[in-house]
Amino acid sequence: MTAGLRVLTPGLMTTLQDLGRPGFQRLGIPVSGALDPVSLRAANLMVGNPAGTAALEIAYQGPLLAVEVDSVRVALAGAGAPLDILGEAGVAERVPPLTSVSLQRGQRLRIGALSGGAVAYLAVEGGFAVAPVLGSRSTYVRAGIGGFAARAIAAGDVLPLVQDAAAEREEQMLPALDLVAPARYRIVLGPQDDYFTQAAIRTLLEATYTVTPATDRMGMRLDGPRLEHAKGFNIVSDGIAPGAIQVPGNGLPIILLADRQTTGGYPKVAAVVSADLPALGRLMPGAQIAFEAVSIDEAEAARRQMMAYVAELEASVTLARRNGVIDEAKLMAANLVSGVVDARS
Amino acid sequence: MPPVPQPRFLRSGDTALVVEFGDRIDRDISARVLSLAGLIEAAAIPGVVEVVPTFRSLMVHYEPLALPHCELEQRLGPLIDRIRIEERPGRRWRVPACYDADAGPDLAEVAERTGLSVAQVIERHSATEFHVYMMGFLPGFPYMGTLPAELELPRRENPRLRVPSGSIAIAMAMSTVYTLESPGGWHLLGRTPVLMWDPRRAEPTLVAAGDKVMFTPVSRREYETILAQATAGTYDLRPDGEARA
Repeated sequence: MTAGLRVLTPGLMTTLQDLGRPGFQRLGIPVSGALDPVSLRAANLMVGNPAGTAALEIAYQGPLLAVEVDSVRVALAGAGAPLDILGEAGVAERVPPLTSVSLQRGQRLRIGALSGGAVAYLAVEGGFAVAPVLGSRSTYVRAGIGGFAARAIAAGDVLPLVQDAAAEREEQMLPALDLVAPARYRIVLGPQDDYFTQAAIRTLLEATYTVTPATDRMGMRLDGPRLEHAKGFNIVSDGIAPGAIQVPGNGLPIILLADRQTTGGYPKVAAVVSADLPALGRLMPGAQIAFEAVSIDEAEAARRQMMAYVAELEASVTLARRNGVIDEAKLMAANLVSGVVDARS
Repeated sequence: MPPVPQPRFLRSGDTALVVEFGDRIDRDISARVLSLAGLIEAAAIPGVVEVVPTFRSLMVHYEPLALPHCELEQRLGPLIDRIRIEERPGRRWRVPACYDADAGPDLAEVAERTGLSVAQVIERHSATEFHVYMMGFLPGFPYMGTLPAELELPRRENPRLRVPSGSIAIAMAMSTVYTLESPGGWHLLGRTPVLMWDPRRAEPTLVAAGDKVMFTPVSRREYETILAQATAGTYDLRPDGEARA
């Protein structure tokens, strides 16, 4: 059996994800990829990987993994989650957030319940040794493609790694990761906003919706005031953009996420702007959300800003102190403490 | 030739643009959609990520930081002027189909509701050359028309929770093949042993939008033989006029 990370407990829904599988939607193949690509990139940056390297996307509850290689360097980013190293004797050592850490053969890595967000990403230095399918290592469970064995990881799996030992170097950290949710999620109306009454559009822009537990990687189902269709709820199918808000017959919006189908026959009242999709992907059931309409130019400006933030993150990776303790003074100087607090909360 | 109506641009967020040609299922509209898809792919515009043809529109996925929406629309204008309504020939597939009662559990009901015999349902379905309008719902799931009017039925009132992969089905004016086991509300007429979706292949789906498909009836025994080969990866179905590897 290949050496790697042995899955002792898998967590609730842990899948390999990268930045997705574009290019095959005309064949009906969804893009997939990380629900929160900003956190995926952050996790990779800390272990020195290219930002789009496939990592474990952890939903709600993390896995317990045993190290079956000489050593491995990992980092966790995204929703707050306790990351503990368990030695042979079972003594736990808590790893500070946003810091890479190296484990030796026989040690175990435990990621607890996520808080303040639905997903977090565990990146390993060098990446996971699984073959790409159609150019991506993202797992699309419904069609059984990509990732590790084309499914969520399960107890007993050994996840193969590209490197069998961590590189000899200092650990790295990110001073902060801004995961603050927008007060209102920005949307661009269309392509079928004319299928809704004016009252429905007003409701969408004024009401508060709740994320329901029937949310998965394909779509986020919302509960709240129903949106009234002006001319029926069936359209001749057309394409589906990331973040598209489709409204089926019951009037309750569904925001289409990473595993969205490529085409669909419900009218789509609007789409969440691409810059707000990572924050959307982090939302837990029970979260409240509201929307505001913006112009396409504002949406493009927001995307530029997001990509600039990602570039800033890349430049902000610094050496962690040898004992893994965060340099509080440096953090204060960078005025980024609030981001860290948010990452933990 | 009647004047070609100009398509309209509809926003779908900041990374996708809908080029809409109409609001109905129509071969002329489909030809325009597929023509523009081909023109955009041939133009290889930096910033265009991919295009997705549908019945009545083309979705253009793009990276706005490389190609802002205003530039994208400018680039599309001259291509739209070059759209041809004539259907491109497309590939022609002959897909083996087993229409046994257990492969097509809805044959009897479809016959009863359409007033045809089971043999007539099979004859009408297998005599139709289908046009692949678009893919969707599942990887490799083709929306194919047009079904003879006498076979048109609405979707089942109670969709099945599990439709077996390879099921050949009809609903409204369309036919399809369920490429994966999935829930589904279409009427099941038969099954094909051919893997319409196989992620082991470089081109994982068999057919694409613009192709033509006819179903060739095969016996249960032939079905089993082809299925064994297809599962082993040794059955290589090619479109008409293209030699097998």
